[in-house]
Amino acid sequence: MAITDPPKIVTSRLGYDDSHTLERYLATGGYEGLRAALAKTPEEVVAEVDAASLLGRGGAGFPAGRKWSMLRKNPVTYLVVNGDESEPATFKDHLLVERDPHQLVEGVVIAAYALQVTQVFIFIRGEFALGLERVQAALNDAYAHGAVGRDIFGSGFSVDVVVHPGAGAYICGEETALLESLEGKRGFPRIKPPFFPAAIGLYGDPTVVNNVETMSNLPWIMLNGGAAFAALGGGRSTGTRLFALAGHVNNPGVFEIEMVKTTFHDLIHAPVLGGGIPHGRNLKAFIPGGVSAPWFGPDQIDLPLGQDEVAEAGSMLGSGSVVVMDDHTCAVRAAWRITKFFSRESCGQCTPCREGSGWLERIMDRIERGEGREEDLDLLLDACDNISPGVAWPPQQTTICVLGPSIPSSISSAITMFRDEFLVHIKEGGCPYE
Amino acid sequence: MSEPTRIGPPRRAALAPAAPTHLTADILTRARQVIDLYPEPRSALIPLCHLAQEQDGWLTPAAMVDIAGLVGVTPGEVLGTASFYDMLHTEPVGRHVVAVCTNIACLLSGAAELLEHAEDSLGVGAGGTTRDGAITLEEAECLADCDRAPCVQVNHRYVGAQTPGSFDQLVADLRSGARDAEIPTHGTLIRVRRTTGLEADPDAVADERRAAGEARAAREAVAPDGVGA
Repeated sequence: MAITDPPKIVTSRLGYDDSHTLERYLATGGYEGLRAALAKTPEEVVAEVDAASLLGRGGAGFPAGRKWSMLRKNPVTYLVVNGDESEPATFKDHLLVERDPHQLVEGVVIAAYALQVTQVFIFIRGEFALGLERVQAALNDAYAHGAVGRDIFGSGFSVDVVVHPGAGAYICGEETALLESLEGKRGFPRIKPPFFPAAIGLYGDPTVVNNVETMSNLPWIMLNGGAAFAALGGGRSTGTRLFALAGHVNNPGVFEIEMVKTTFHDLIHAPVLGGGIPHGRNLKAFIPGGVSAPWFGPDQIDLPLGQDEVAEAGSMLGSGSVVVMDDHTCAVRAAWRITKFFSRESCGQCTPCREGSGWLERIMDRIERGEGREEDLDLLLDACDNISPGVAWPPQQTTICVLGPSIPSSISSAITMFRDEFLVHIKEGGCPYE
Repeated sequence: MSEPTRIGPPRRAALAPAAPTHLTADILTRARQVIDLYPEPRSALIPLCHLAQEQDGWLTPAAMVDIAGLVGVTPGEVLGTASFYDMLHTEPVGRHVVAVCTNIACLLSGAAELLEHAEDSLGVGAGGTTRDGAITLEEAECLADCDRAPCVQVNHRYVGAQTPGSFDQLVADLRSGARDAEIPTHGTLIRVRRTTGLEADPDAVADERRAAGEARAAREAVAPDGVGA
């Protein structure tokens, strides 16, 4: 495996201090992808995205072109862009909305044209105050430039784009919860079926929900063709993808990497990427795709960054965030903190998730404090089993949405990989790392 | 014949949306512009809550009554929605809400120690407000700035990774107003205003919505409970 040097598809402007301005955007080929799209029919634009086999970059990895095609039997009414990036240790959309908002706007208008919708909502996480300002400013400029609004670039196509601020709730990243929130309600996920947004979405009308990074790929695909995108990567994982690397690495950050060609080892250790683990320490474990994903150990470090490859190894690429833990990390404490997160963010609709996450947090808490019992390990796994029967991957589900079955990942990973550490906490009444 | 004796609490007057009494003229103008951007007024509920926080620093009961009238729901529904969301404060907060993330990436970079220091130096626990009303300290979930860990936001503006020493300087600067230009007081979320209304042809949009409505009615006729749609 190797670090390839693919074209920068979504990060080409990030070297400029003024990457968020219309002037810089236009000087670097901005809105040319939209002009190329408007010269085609909407069907041709969909076909181009199909040819790219662009997988959605939000976490589930569903092919964007197929998502759009599912809608063609219904009149699509709304396009909603999911910018509610909240999966812990994921910070790629944060970068895109703050640093290249015009690229997002251009992608959104291309998608709107392909789907022939006249109103788009960009839902942006409320905590991204600067990102909200940057996207609003970009939209204002894009309206004035004729790239959004009525009769875009004289094509006869019109679309309005509205920035919608979230208000702080992890669950709103789930697309049906996001739609509820956009309707002015609590972010309660809807029961699927029947509430797949493609059938019953915003206000009950057919709706496409796509991620910020997915949209940001579209200008390049329009300019260079779906085939050029599909030529990058390998298998089902085409193109490049943003990976957010955090935790115990010398050089944390967001990297645009060609999918499948590069391994986790490259991402963590290569001098141009993660730059290795600080203080000369060794790798203990890493989380390959957001805290909902089961952990990997040093044995899996040579896996390529590909959706199917990671899935076959028993986890997921998920939201594209990789968290590195060195050998001085307490696995119990890491799993405890992730469990606390889920307990806090469970929306409360489904009993297994609402109650289960609370119980898991309390049991983890007492083990962390050195007050656990040996039978707590079985109790933890039993509670996990009630949320996600079998505690396997891919997970079974007893809840409306996938937040519930995401909870057991860290606990079952930590117990499976580092059972000894739990036992030390329990028998010696405290953490061996403190 | 006399009126039958009514058992139970007295009836309330019907909930006709009252004219707003609390929100200022400027906020009201902007609120109505926001409502006009959505097909359904209720969609503006959360953006309006942010605007009310811009006026008051938090979401006051009087503001919730005004918002209810503006979007056509009861004040209880505004509270019931707002209380679901971390950023909408239905109790007063300080001028600066300082959020320290302690989620996994920040935990690995010393966030727990930073939060402990913050609690000690400010003299309040997470969730508390200093006596002078300057600072509300919060323990935050991941704020998506994990390459600058431990991550801190003030009024939802990133201030970069902090150490205990730099944190004390940050608090001193917030108290003295040294960072006011960069960080507005709590509640002001988006300082860039939208410069246009909706531009797409309203007749075409109306036609589209009508077609969608008819399609929806046709689907519901086949599957009234939505199953199989």
